[in-house]
Amino acid sequence: MAAPDAKPKVEAPAYREFPTIPALQPEAMAGSNPYVAADKHNEAIGFPGALVEGWEQKAIAKMGELLGKYRSLRVYMDSCVHCGACTDKCHYFIGTGDPKNMPVARQELMRSVYRRYFTLPGKLFPGLVGARDMTKDVLDDWFRYYNQCSECRRCSVFCPYGIDTAEVTMAAKEIMHSVGLGHKYVNEIIGKVHKIGNNLGLPGPALEDTLQGLEEDVKEDTGADVRYPLDVKGAEVLLVTPSADFFAEPHVESLIGYGKVFHAAGISWTLSSAASEAGNFGMFIGSYDQMRKIAMRVREAALELGVKRIVVGECGHAWRVAYSFWNTLTGIGAGANDPFAVELQKQLDPNYKQPSHICEVTWDLIRQGRLKFDKSANDHRIITFHDSCNVARGSRMGDDPGGQFDIPRAIIKAVANNYVEMARGTTREKTFCCGGGGGLLTDELLDLRVKGALPRMEALKAVADGKGVNFMATICAICKAQFTKVLPFYGFKMGMVGGVHQLVSTAIQLGNEQ
Amino acid sequence: MSLLFAILFYVAALVLVVGVAYRIREFARTPAPLLIPTTPAPTSTGGVALRMAREVVLFESLFKSNLWIWAFGWLFHMGLFLVLARHLRYFTEPVWSWVALIQPFGIYAGFAMAAGLAALWARRFLVERIRYISTPSDHLMLALLLGIAATGLAMKFLMHTDIVAVKAFFLGLMVFDIQPLPAHPGLYVHLLLVALLMIVFPFSKLLHAPGIFFSPTRNQADNPREARHVAPWAAKLEQQ
Ligand code: SF4
Ligand code: SF4
Repeated sequence: MAAPDAKPKVEAPAYREFPTIPALQPEAMAGSNPYVAADKHNEAIGFPGALVEGWEQKAIAKMGELLGKYRSLRVYMDSCVHCGACTDKCHYFIGTGDPKNMPVARQELMRSVYRRYFTLPGKLFPGLVGARDMTKDVLDDWFRYYNQCSECRRCSVFCPYGIDTAEVTMAAKEIMHSVGLGHKYVNEIIGKVHKIGNNLGLPGPALEDTLQGLEEDVKEDTGADVRYPLDVKGAEVLLVTPSADFFAEPHVESLIGYGKVFHAAGISWTLSSAASEAGNFGMFIGSYDQMRKIAMRVREAALELGVKRIVVGECGHAWRVAYSFWNTLTGIGAGANDPFAVELQKQLDPNYKQPSHICEVTWDLIRQGRLKFDKSANDHRIITFHDSCNVARGSRMGDDPGGQFDIPRAIIKAVANNYVEMARGTTREKTFCCGGGGGLLTDELLDLRVKGALPRMEALKAVADGKGVNFMATICAICKAQFTKVLPFYGFKMGMVGGVHQLVSTAIQLGNEQ
Repeated sequence: MSLLFAILFYVAALVLVVGVAYRIREFARTPAPLLIPTTPAPTSTGGVALRMAREVVLFESLFKSNLWIWAFGWLFHMGLFLVLARHLRYFTEPVWSWVALIQPFGIYAGFAMAAGLAALWARRFLVERIRYISTPSDHLMLALLLGIAATGLAMKFLMHTDIVAVKAFFLGLMVFDIQPLPAHPGLYVHLLLVALLMIVFPFSKLLHAPGIFFSPTRNQADNPREARHVAPWAAKLEQQ
């Protein structure tokens, strides 16, 4: 692993005239070096500081434990037939040509070890079934290539058995953590969320200042007294949003939009300084424990503030955790009969989905005719929508399967006149990851991120050239940050990406217009 | 020889049944702590059953994924299914009427199966990506299946064997009454390979057959906000 000051070289691949499957370029990304977490970052979140004595046996023992705890891992280790259907589905493979970025090959990094220690043929005839001992070389490959998977689940859509490489990556990361090998970027962030309340390490007073500043800006822009409240007890809605929304561009434009929606609909709401982060990087490292601890902050804030509804802002993986896992982890949801979950569920209003996505809230209000828009305010934009992977393949909105695709699009069409779809095969459940998800949104992996964005950039280029698209809306903080950074490598302006509620914000009428 | 084959088949059947039952029990007993269906997913159990049926019968995801693999894979599996059904006549007396009905189709199916296998095997050599991920055992598995298909077809068309005696042998096996097996090299090879396949089944990637029914991304309903789902080991965390 390189010293932290080694400058990674960053190169955008050329657009392909015909998007054929790339020829293999073995070891093309073997030089990708995620920074190893320092001992204080590992220890702060309960893992050994550095690679432990006897890590080989400990890693195998951990794998055994996980095989007993996760049916996904157990079934997926046994079921792959090497059919190859997934081989060309990963954006990192498409962008890099490195065969170890083919989903099945990524799984095989772990499966080869699984075979060796947990199956009879692997114990007897390792060469025959491609089984390997757990060695330092194998571990290094794990660290390199499991940190080249954004856990986007695109491969799981296409596998005949639904094998989800993200589950394998998460298990691999959990095993690596358990023996003291963590990724600096992610572990530092998890540390911050526990210590300060959000991923960006923005303390309460600074947050309050920021929100006050927003109120002034919005007042100046619109003349309306839109509030951005913090820690208000008895508010109806607790909004939990990615902390990037508080000051990063273009994220903050969407936060402004949420506030305007609540203002226009007359719904009382609040943010929480203790739970000022929707993101949950615990998922990225496959740690149930960390994911639960991080989610628990939201439960505690909801109980403390006495809110009736919990709403999640524009963040992809956060919405997956909120929608799919919060009920399991913290009881935020409905239908429970155990005392732990009932305590919270009896406080929450059963007339609303718990938790709700901000897009569900806005769309419901639009359908009820409670929001007014001047669509022409968005006329300078020709808009397309990038489905974020965790929303697309790991969650839902509304009552029907696929609502996670239809609702954001319906909102865009309700607030703007010019909407264009990107090519089929690159949207909805087949969407391509932005290239920065899964805890890879860090500078030392920029080369990987740029290359992984290739399929999305090609789809965008087609509609930009053909239909004049100049705005790509998305509902994920990581997508927004990632695109802002990589768009220029492909010849686009970085301001081209923004949130759905940024569009809402532009068009919404706040009732004081002349 | 008859006795050897009888013993072989008892062992193979035992390994297959006990082995697969053991692996299925392992799959079933391992909890799925989080809801991870690949969405959009059905929201009800009925919907899940339908999704699973489409996966198992039509290979829906594979169809979306790669038409070549889908076509060859489906050809092989459906061929295999019909061939297996056709072979039921060696185990039933009187032969069930639907088994009698499909006998002629079973023969075409044998060719379809062999063709599908050959094409899948060719891909393992010709497509660079699939060559990269193929292990020796992948090739051996295809050789084994193709060997079974080839010897079976050969006995039908090139070197007939006394199938009445074969049937008597298997009917006898089922009631522990060992009957003479015709001395026929093609038959010996065919049966040997079949027994081998039965024995490796529980230890190999053939587990994908039961595996798919336990795949959480495919067998879970998408209802996390409506019902609370907690695995036993995770529930313990709440009692601390
Ligand atoms: S989950 Fe996404 S990033 Fe990971 S292997 Fe699959 S397609 Fe690639
Ligand atoms: S599609 Fe599924 S079964 Fe086929 S190689 Fe990929 S992971 Fe294995």
